[in-house]
Amino acid sequence: MSMLQSALAASGDIAGFFRMGGYAAYVWPAYTVFFVALIVDTVAPRVRRRRVLRELRARLARQQARQDRTGSNTIPSSPPSP
Amino acid sequence: MNRPGLLTACAAMLRRDLTLAWRRRGDIAMPVLYALIVTMLFPFALGPEDTLLQRIAGGVVLVTVLLAMLLALDAMFSSDIEDGSLEQLVVAPQPLALMLGMKILAHWLTTALPLIVIAPLMAAMLHLPGAVIPVLLLALLLATPLLSLLGAVLVALTAGTRRSGMLLALMLLPLCVPAVIFAAGAVAAAQQGLPWLAPITWLAAALVLAAVLAPLACAAALRIALDA
Amino acid sequence: MANWIPLWLHKLGSPPTFYRFAGTLQPWATALALVLGAIALYGGLVLAPADYQQGDAYRIIFIHVPSAEMSMFIYAVMGVAAFIALVWRIKLAEVVAMESAPIGAAFTFITLVTGSLWGKPMWGTWWTWDARLTSELVLLFLYLGVIGLYHAFEDRRQGARAAAFLAIIGIINVPIVHFSVNWWNTLHQGSTINVFGQSKMSSDMLWPLLTMMLATKFYYAASLFRRVRTDLLALEGGKDWVRRIAEDEAGR
Repeated sequence: MSMLQSALAASGDIAGFFRMGGYAAYVWPAYTVFFVALIVDTVAPRVRRRRVLRELRARLARQQARQDRTGSNTIPSSPPSP
Repeated sequence: MNRPGLLTACAAMLRRDLTLAWRRRGDIAMPVLYALIVTMLFPFALGPEDTLLQRIAGGVVLVTVLLAMLLALDAMFSSDIEDGSLEQLVVAPQPLALMLGMKILAHWLTTALPLIVIAPLMAAMLHLPGAVIPVLLLALLLATPLLSLLGAVLVALTAGTRRSGMLLALMLLPLCVPAVIFAAGAVAAAQQGLPWLAPITWLAAALVLAAVLAPLACAAALRIALDA
Repeated sequence: MANWIPLWLHKLGSPPTFYRFAGTLQPWATALALVLGAIALYGGLVLAPADYQQGDAYRIIFIHVPSAEMSMFIYAVMGVAAFIALVWRIKLAEVVAMESAPIGAAFTFITLVTGSLWGKPMWGTWWTWDARLTSELVLLFLYLGVIGLYHAFEDRRQGARAAAFLAIIGIINVPIVHFSVNWWNTLHQGSTINVFGQSKMSSDMLWPLLTMMLATKFYYAASLFRRVRTDLLALEGGKDWVRRIAEDEAGR
């Protein structure tokens, strides 16, 4: 942080940094769009991954329950998982 | 079993599609009616001022024809997919690309040609100078087959999906930009008294290229979309 | 005998192997992207001096130009993967092509928005029908078309193959659009603005830009790995290796 501050002290104060020489209304929205788009792009697959695995576990549990109910004389559609 | 010659097969394909289209004449009239209605709305929206209408006439006619064609594009293969005759075509001994080329030709004859016939009327409604109308017709004669060919590839790609209307428009937009630019450019150049041969030549070159490549691409796309 | 390279590539093409491989590389790519991105932003926003013509507004360049470059780079990757997917019918190539499309669309969107935000103070307009801008817009529509077509099919693999075909058509289309819009602009002389004036960049502006380009490349790799891993889990839901992962993660 001290490095940043010393650099800022060289080029002006922190408020001056955020003012962007009068172009703050253009520069900061541009950076916001950049980061928001990339964060959405990062979060979306994580959410989807969680959903896919949850649905898969639910399906496995249903299969397991069906097997337990009908006994072992029926052939399961797929090998039972340990 | 003797296989019918290629020419016989092509002629049969063309005759069949034209006959089917003729039996549903109402469908042919729909894009024409649509184009006329859209053209009629422009003076109401922009005011009846002569100079303004003249300036935009060429572009309006082109875009309207394009949209009217897009309206009919969806139906290019749909009835053939429903009754299964497209699958027959895929397994037929004749080259699929050639047969699809005939289907595209039939589709162009039944949807684009009527639009070109009424294009002078649309142009006159917007006060396009009479001297420019031949150039407009020439541009349309080259641009509409190009759009039919490009559209056919996309329709083939969406053959395996339901409800593809909006998707088709989204996919066609990037592909039709050059055709619209050159066709409208030719009309605008003619209107300003500039030489208009260059954009027309570009359109013709694109059409020749598309006429060779698009049926092949269409066949490949159809094999992908129907391969279940 | 140097046939271990094709053998290794062949193994890498199998979903479980690639899943593990991507899982190992993904944190490194993320870390590199974050570190390089932070360095580039520090260099670009703090260290680099203001431009003598554009003032501080030029600082948008540090995200605009890398995004524009990525929008085309990702389309090229998507095109190559689509070609491999169609010719050799490799499932992994289909997944890579289809999962690249949303990332590319995101970068194209960023390019258009930041370009607009840069254009407004510099040449006084949010948008001009310049060949580069129009091509970028067409690129966005191509990406959206590919994504839309992919999701229109009920069968995922069939959708991937159809969308891959569309991606290849798009590669041919982009140069044609660029050329035609250039021609169009010479016809309509009034609207041409010289947007990209030739100017030499000083090195303290150049290095943050190049670093950011590298950071976005690593970001793409990380995002692609994450997306491909998720998609492989969804595609191979019935296979044993996916079941093991699902059960392993249930405990956590």
